[in-house]
Amino acid sequence: MSLGRSNFWRSVACVVLLLVVGVSLAANWLAPAGYARQYREAAGAAPTHEHWLGTDEIGRDRFARVLYGTRISLLLAPAAALLSTLLAAIVGGLGGYLGGRWARGAMAMTDLFLSLPWLFLLITVRALMPLNVSPLTSVLVTFLMLGLLGWTSAARVLCATAGSLRKSDFVRQARAAGVPNARLFWIHVLPNLKPVLYAQFWISIPAFILSEANLGILGLGVAEPMPSWGSLLKELEGLVSVGEEPWKFVPLILLVLVVTSFELVLSKQEEVAA
Amino acid sequence: MLWRKIARHGVAMLATVLLGGLLSAAMVRLAPGFDVDEAQLDPHLNGQSIQSLRQARLEQRNIFRFYWHALQRAVRGDLGTSISLGQPVTTLIRERAPLTLRLAGVGLLLSWTVAMTLALSAAWLRSSTCDAMGTVISGTFLCIPAAVLALLSVLWNLPGALAIALFVFPRLYRYARNLLAKVYSQPHIVTARAKGLSELRILFWHVIPVAGPQLLALAGVSVSIAIGAAIPVEALCGLAGVGQLAWQAALARDLPLLTNLTILVTLVTLLANSAADVMGYLLRGGEA
Repeated sequence: MSLGRSNFWRSVACVVLLLVVGVSLAANWLAPAGYARQYREAAGAAPTHEHWLGTDEIGRDRFARVLYGTRISLLLAPAAALLSTLLAAIVGGLGGYLGGRWARGAMAMTDLFLSLPWLFLLITVRALMPLNVSPLTSVLVTFLMLGLLGWTSAARVLCATAGSLRKSDFVRQARAAGVPNARLFWIHVLPNLKPVLYAQFWISIPAFILSEANLGILGLGVAEPMPSWGSLLKELEGLVSVGEEPWKFVPLILLVLVVTSFELVLSKQEEVAA
Repeated sequence: MLWRKIARHGVAMLATVLLGGLLSAAMVRLAPGFDVDEAQLDPHLNGQSIQSLRQARLEQRNIFRFYWHALQRAVRGDLGTSISLGQPVTTLIRERAPLTLRLAGVGLLLSWTVAMTLALSAAWLRSSTCDAMGTVISGTFLCIPAAVLALLSVLWNLPGALAIALFVFPRLYRYARNLLAKVYSQPHIVTARAKGLSELRILFWHVIPVAGPQLLALAGVSVSIAIGAAIPVEALCGLAGVGQLAWQAALARDLPLLTNLTILVTLVTLLANSAADVMGYLLRGGEA
């Protein structure tokens, strides 16, 4: 893809993301009745002027649930990404900078986590927590878990980058000039790790959105009645044919659109992280 | 050198499994509700029976002793009993592993075939249409969670292995395409093409020896991705494999079963990665 064309698509992706985030933040105004209100006389209804995307099987407005679910997924995935990037900076960045047994220890811990398939690790850790928790707690548990477990790949990259910075001339010169280790890390190493940290942060967001969707569909994510993309996609489970209720595919289309937009925006960041 | 490499992998694998086991035992022991046993609420039990149940729980309080006992049993081939299903874990795994292995195997075969065909076509033909087609297809599937692919496969009556293949394919394609494009742009291959060597000869004599070790490493990683995807696929397609077992164990908070499955899966992925590394080492002619 030529540079001009890829920049064009990147701009389109940015606009899409801003639009989706903006609309989801305006959920309180666009769907003032909220995501949990039941319209029992119209349970399982097709789209109408009142309910743009119809209602679910217990009569909740699907449009409202999509808006609120999008907001939850799009606000908490970056929070989880921030947590995982911080952990990666501590484990990988510090380990790589200190070198020797610290780097080996950090890498051994990273390898241990990386040897487990991601979804296996997630469902194992999720099962360790009580499953019948309040909806708000389930949201926090799900995204906290993603943040606490998703640092491994980033830590590996940061460990390698910090390791090469440790051996660089300017760090050696600063060390020879008697700059203390903590100051050296804070003033000289950390600013040079920033591009990798930013890249890892942005790359983690779509990965966490997809992981939450997987957990939600499996019934191990955000608890009812709180909506999230995972719980909204769970509705596809009862479908008999695509043409029967196509509006049920809106959360999936939105998810693909948002993750694709992230992928397009991040194509440059991935080069930095590699 | 080869034996040293294999031995190093063996030691690393053993250490990871032992450490992973300890971590799992610690997590199981510290999980909320570990000290609670529903059997204690059974009105048919007398005070002495309840006391002995509590005593049995108390013996498991020390994480290291708890792990040591579990390890001793595991060496004898006893992985404990599933709390939710009431059957020995070894029996459950023996019954369900073949299906998961078959599912993951077919899925991997399909995904590798499609990914390599598209990646080779893009690099071989140097056609931007081919490249764009591969990028769009893989980009679309990259944005769909494995669970949604499983649901769609149920909706359209497609085999579960296809859902696994569609989940693994984009991850393989992206890496393989970039790798092959890089190798095909190397000066010696451009020269070989200019001299009129056939594409097949270039592929087998000049491309595979360079890209082979990295593709083998990717093969090791793809096993892990396929096994991970097996959980939602088996759970949502109603296939009685290890993935479905893990999902049921998670929903029932059957921690002994879940941790045993996790360790088993870790072992399989480590074996696949080690095998890929050793084969890559052989392909490089014994160079580290």
